[in-house]
Formats: sequence, structure tokens, C-alpha cells
Amino acid sequence: MSEHIKLPQGSLEKQTTTLNFGPTHPATHGVFQNIVELDGERVMDATQTVGYIHRAFEKIAERRPLYQITPLLDRMNYCSAPINDMGWHITCERLLGVKTPKRVDYLRIIVMELARISDHLICNSIVGVDSGAYTGFLYVMQYRELIYEIYEEVCGSRLTTNIGRIGGFERNFTNEAFQKLEKFLKEWPVVLREFENLFTRNRIFMERTIGVGPIAAERALNYGFTGPNLRAAGVDYDVRVHTPYSSYEDIIFTIPVGKTGDCYDRFLVRNQEMWQSVNIIEQAYKKVKEFKGKDAEVFHADVPEYYLPDKKDVYTKMEALIYHFKIIMGEIEMPPGEIYSAVEGANGELGFYLISDGGRAPYRLHFRRPCFIYYQAYTELIKGGMLSDAVITMSSLNIIAGEMDA
Amino acid sequence: MNNQIIRQKLTDKFGDQLAAWEEPYGMLTFSAPKEMNLKVLQFLFDDPELKFQFLTDLTAVHYPSNIGGELAVVYHLHNLVENIRIRFKIYTDINKPDVFSATALYQSANWMERETYDFYGVNFVGHPNLKRILNVDDMDYFPMRKEYPLEDQKRIDKDDEMFGRVPQTQ
Repeated sequence: MSEHIKLPQGSLEKQTTTLNFGPTHPATHGVFQNIVELDGERVMDATQTVGYIHRAFEKIAERRPLYQITPLLDRMNYCSAPINDMGWHITCERLLGVKTPKRVDYLRIIVMELARISDHLICNSIVGVDSGAYTGFLYVMQYRELIYEIYEEVCGSRLTTNIGRIGGFERNFTNEAFQKLEKFLKEWPVVLREFENLFTRNRIFMERTIGVGPIAAERALNYGFTGPNLRAAGVDYDVRVHTPYSSYEDIIFTIPVGKTGDCYDRFLVRNQEMWQSVNIIEQAYKKVKEFKGKDAEVFHADVPEYYLPDKKDVYTKMEALIYHFKIIMGEIEMPPGEIYSAVEGANGELGFYLISDGGRAPYRLHFRRPCFIYYQAYTELIKGGMLSDAVITMSSLNIIAGEMDA
Repeated sequence: MNNQIIRQKLTDKFGDQLAAWEEPYGMLTFSAPKEMNLKVLQFLFDDPELKFQFLTDLTAVHYPSNIGGELAVVYHLHNLVENIRIRFKIYTDINKPDVFSATALYQSANWMERETYDFYGVNFVGHPNLKRILNVDDMDYFPMRKEYPLEDQKRIDKDDEMFGRVPQTQ
């Protein structure tokens, strides 16, 4: 080569290309920067830069009463914000020793599984987009829209939901919410079947994903993988089963696992999880419908110190007024304690490590953000593969910038 | 496998060097001298029964009043086979925050240690690439330490009495 290219005297001959991939590249689906070392089209090395949208949530949380921390969590994994919110409420309830009614638990399961479906939906359809199939992505978006409409009926907002309160929900599910849920349960399985038909045995899709970005179970565990990515490698770890919360123990479902941990297995595991989520929602909805009379009106636990009283009570009752004022002004002292509580987020184990010293805000709050931890394995996953495989691997890992950078 | 057995096994191995045994909300918690962190982690990893081979979380906490051990490094470990979690802490002096890195044991510790260094300044000895991760590279302080309150307590554009704060002497 050197006989054709005349380099300046004394300069080193560099055989590889350095490519700055990101932070705002259309193929990264988020604010991720990778400095990739390429030999032709093969990836030799990659260095990740993270932290572009770091917003210091852990620090901000040290000055906020518990209920004001929920909106921060919406902005972590914004594809499935309700799971973050519920996880936080469950952590607070465990710290405070609040027991939620069964109906609340089942309603929470419905919301969380809807969120899981909408998250997996985005992830899987984006994997499709990166392999050249745009149709699936556009087709399933209307069902994400339907999920967002259900959120809207329940809490009034769509993306950053701030859904639920410590002890339950801010209001009961409306009839429209249940009607929309029924519509979803009726129509979604048909669409999901079509979505699967589009991809699972599609020759182009299989060739683009099988054997791309694989990881063995042992490496995945060592890298701290959790969620669908770990299950695709063959480890059946699921927080919903191992440490049940919100009455998941009353629901019967299976944990789908893969084998090779490559993009194709991750895709299949997510697809199967969507089927399981439909199954879980159906069971939980059936249990919700079994509540009759007064029990069917229950939508929160009795925690006057943390659950905002009804507005009409605030105007007419002294006690409700006092609690309303104290909650809004953040003047409730919480019990001292130290707790780690985790929920199964859409992309892995979402943990909350909360230390309270008896003050009004957490002394320390740390989020175990699953994708921050497993994104470290990205270099190992893409090394030796093609650059276009690196793109598809990133989307199939379901890395969310907001969660990673917190 | 339960907390008693884990505690017994650890005490048999390390004697009374492990201290501060607690079980807040059912999770076994203990601390060790900071020089011993790798020995304890290695034992927990290798022991055929304990098998705490999954590092769930690694972070730090700042306790300014705990003189000589201001920074606590907290490891959350998980035995996935028996499905049991423990919490392991070490305390280090804030003026000499050198702690052995667990990266050789857990790949996942790499970024978590970088994050801990970034926010608390814990110097992980033996870490392959200990530099800031979420904050800008030229930051010259460790922002999660308690001496950096969120709001400037000296700002004067608010009426302190209205916000329940002690008025600052000028």
C-alpha cells in the first residue's frame, strides 16, 4: 500500500479508519456517541461516550419529598414510564410499610404490562427498521397510541405519565379506560400475530440478525445483564417471579428464554414477552372484574400522610386540609431506613436504593439503571462485526439514553 | 440458604473483622475494613454455596459526620441460584479514598465504579480506565458529596423568611 500512497515523512501509516458515530446520528435512536475504529467495514474497536443528557436526578431527589420524585423517573426510561413510576411507589410503600389493596395491585399490573408491551413494541419494530423493514414500525404505532390513550384515561398524560401515587392511583379507572383496554385486548393479538409473521421467518431479517451481537450466558451475567437481554442468553431471571411485587404471584405466566443471546433471540424473547403480557393483562383484568360493590371502588390504600385527600374533603374537613397542606409543602417526615427494591423494567432490573435518615427528602437515592450497566458490553458485542450490525445490535439491546444518563 | 447461614459462613472465614451486621427490610447488611473488600467479594464469589456472582449495584454514600469513614461504598450482590441478596459496605476516609477495584471480578463494575468516582471521588485502585463518565471531563469537584447543596444557600433574591430558611448574615 505504501508504494501507492505517499505519506509525509515520519508519519505513521494508519491502516484503520476512525469514525465518529453519534451523538446525534439517525441510526443510533438516541444520544449515543461511539468512536468506532474500522477496518474497511469491520468494527475493530469502539469507545462509548455517555452522559449527554445527564440531569443529576439523584442529586435533585435529595431535596424533594417522595411524591415529587416520580416526575423525574418518567424521564428515565420514557418508553415505559409507568413501570418506573410504579417501581418507585412500590419502593416507598415498602419503606413506609404500606399494604396496598389487591385491586390496586391488579390495576398496577395492567398498567405495567401495557407499558412493557409499548416498550418492547418500540424496540422490536426499531430492530425491524434497522434491518430495512419500515412497515412493522408504522403498522404497530397505532397500538402504542391506543396504549397511550389508556394511560390518558387513567392519569391524564401520555409519555411522561406521573401515573399513580404512593398507596394507589390518583383516581379510579374510568369506564372508558376499561373499554379501551377491552378494545386493546381484542385487537392487539391479531396485530401482534401479523407483526410476527412479518419478521420471525423473514429471510432478510433472519440473515441480518442471527449470530449478530451474541453473548454467552456467563458473560452476560458478569456484565450485569438483566431483563430480556439476559433471558435471550438463556438465563431465566425475572424479578416478577423471583421477588414478586404488586401481587405478581397471583398471576400464572411463563418466562420466555432464548439460547444464543444474539439479536434474533432478543427479538424473539421480546415478542414472546408481549404475548405473556397480554396473558397477564387478561388475568389481572379478570381479577379486577371480580370485585363487586364497594370493593370495586377501591383504588388506593389508606395512607393519609402520603396520599392526597379528596378535594372536597380538603374544603370541608380539618384533617384533610392539614394533610393536604403537609403533603404539598413536603413537610412529612419519613421513617429512617435503608431499602433496595427492584421491579422488572422493560429492559431489565430497575432498582431503587433508598436511604432515609428520617428527614423529608431521601438522604440518598440511587437508581440501578439496567441499560447503563449492560451498555458496557456493547464493544464486546460488536467487535469483529460489520458497522451495520453494530447499528442493529444497539437497537436490539434497547438502550434508552434517558435512563442510561439519569 | 438464609441470612443466618451466610453470616455464619462469613464469620467462620473472616472472624470479627466483619462488623455492623444488620437486616434492614430483610436484606443482610455488613461492613468490612476497606482493605479487605476484594477478599470478601472473592470469597462470596467463589464459595460453592454462597455463589454471590451477580453484582446488582455498586454505589457510594457520603456521611460527612462519620469522621475517618466519610464515604461508604455499597455493593449489592445477588445469588441468582438461591435468589438471595446481600448488601456489603466499606467505609473510606474522604481524604484518602483509595479502594480496590472489583473490575477483575465483575465486568459490570467497570462503569459503576467510574460513576461512583465521578460523583463521589472514590479512587478505585486497579481500575482499567478510571475517568469521569456522566459529568464533563474537566469538572474539578465531586458533585454528589453533601457539601454541595442543590441551591445556593446564600442567594438573596428570595425572601428567606418566606421560604423557611435561616437568613444569612451578610
